[in-house]
Amino acid sequence: MAVKTSAMMDKVRASRVWRSVFRAGTGDSTLHRALAIQQSIFLHLFSTKVRKRMVKFSATWYLGTLTFGTFLILVITGVLLMLYYHPSVPQAYADMKDLQFVVSSGLFLRNLHRWSAQLMVFLVFAHMFKVFYRGAYRTPREFNWVVGVVLLVITLLLSYTGYLLPWDQLAFWAITVGSNLSSAVPLVGNKIHFLLLGGNQVNANALLRFYVLHCVVLPLAAMLFIAIHFWRIRKDGGLYVQGTEPKPQQNNETVNTAAEVK
Amino acid sequence: MSDPKEFVAGIDSDQRRSPVRVAFVTRRTSAQVKVNREDQVQTYPEVLFRAVLAIELLAIALVFFSLLFNAPLEGIADPTHTPNPAKAPWYFLGLQELLHYFPPVVAGVLVPSLLIIALIVIPYFNINIEANGLFLKDRANRLRWFYAAAAGMLIFLIGFDVYVAVPPTVVVALAMIVAANSRPDSPSKFRRYLAKRPLAYWIMTWFLFELIVLTAVGTWFRGPGWAWVSPWRNY
Repeated sequence: MAVKTSAMMDKVRASRVWRSVFRAGTGDSTLHRALAIQQSIFLHLFSTKVRKRMVKFSATWYLGTLTFGTFLILVITGVLLMLYYHPSVPQAYADMKDLQFVVSSGLFLRNLHRWSAQLMVFLVFAHMFKVFYRGAYRTPREFNWVVGVVLLVITLLLSYTGYLLPWDQLAFWAITVGSNLSSAVPLVGNKIHFLLLGGNQVNANALLRFYVLHCVVLPLAAMLFIAIHFWRIRKDGGLYVQGTEPKPQQNNETVNTAAEVK
Repeated sequence: MSDPKEFVAGIDSDQRRSPVRVAFVTRRTSAQVKVNREDQVQTYPEVLFRAVLAIELLAIALVFFSLLFNAPLEGIADPTHTPNPAKAPWYFLGLQELLHYFPPVVAGVLVPSLLIIALIVIPYFNINIEANGLFLKDRANRLRWFYAAAAGMLIFLIGFDVYVAVPPTVVVALAMIVAANSRPDSPSKFRRYLAKRPLAYWIMTWFLFELIVLTAVGTWFRGPGWAWVSPWRNY
């Protein structure tokens, strides 16, 4: 049976329709495996080969991968939560109660979203410190470090805007404490505060603004910068391995590893 | 070498023709690329498989955690009833702790802005790129600067009553003093390690310690009126 299934799969993969969708073709040669990465719009962000030492757990602790994993879980659970949520006062809070008591697995869904969000913030910080202590931010990877800092800020904003959505006491006062800080910006503080909340204090307008930021603007920004972040790993010479790369030198005659065609 | 060349080198802007690319190896440059080649694995399937496995394990762990622990949900938002203390999300509690000592324009605007700018300039900051031990070159002079900076920071923190931030500063300063008195060929592995740390390492480590201590204090040790409480007592 197993042989029959795999023979059938091979037949499907060899079919004209399949080949029109997946350009790389099939096979287990090195070339085919390289093409599987290079010919896919999503996977071509990555290089076709990775240094063997970088695959080890100790090299990176897989912190970047795990951060991306939490992001995927957050997108999936977030979309499902949107089906049950109205960004209006006081319906938002009633929806929380419905998730808890009425919606099948609603409580689990919210738990998973909330805990994944907390973990993502933690993992982003952990990833940043791991990259720093490995020295992986140095030339030619300096811009990817900056992209990482942008992603750190986006992650914090995502978590912060999501914090208001349950519209409970915890949400309301945490956002009140945080948004009051924006009033402290010299000269334009009160204007920023008003722009952020759509009013002088946290109210229904603020809930709607945070909802739009949380569900549309910030996730799109995050996806864009994640794509750049992944792509730059390949462009900047792959994952950094300590001690194997030539030290950056001042004169222009040395060959830069990143300038090799990847 | 006197054969006539089959091409003309030059810049052409005829977009209908595919350009022919020619590489010249002149005497001064070498075609050798100075990179150590090392073993590589294919991204598909080896790396992708591991990444998917890591994400699956993460998902399983999070599912179990979510089945066991419920996300907090308090009563409906009530603008007329301020809880005491009103706390920000945990990752901002370090800043909220600073807000206790400094005016909002410092703790809420200046410190976070400077932190983000500092993080961005890290890779462009020349001292880091060298990645040499801080005290290996120009030791006496750098030691003077270090003592001045450490003393200045401690006086500043104590002057503003930020006692919470003093222990991490002292720990990092002591480690730096050990580093200054260690040789990169010291028999102790730990001392060898410390001696080779560059300035960026010390600044980042100090930031990490402060981040952990301030966040932990804000999360577990602050109660009504932002006064000290034991984390095991409910208020």
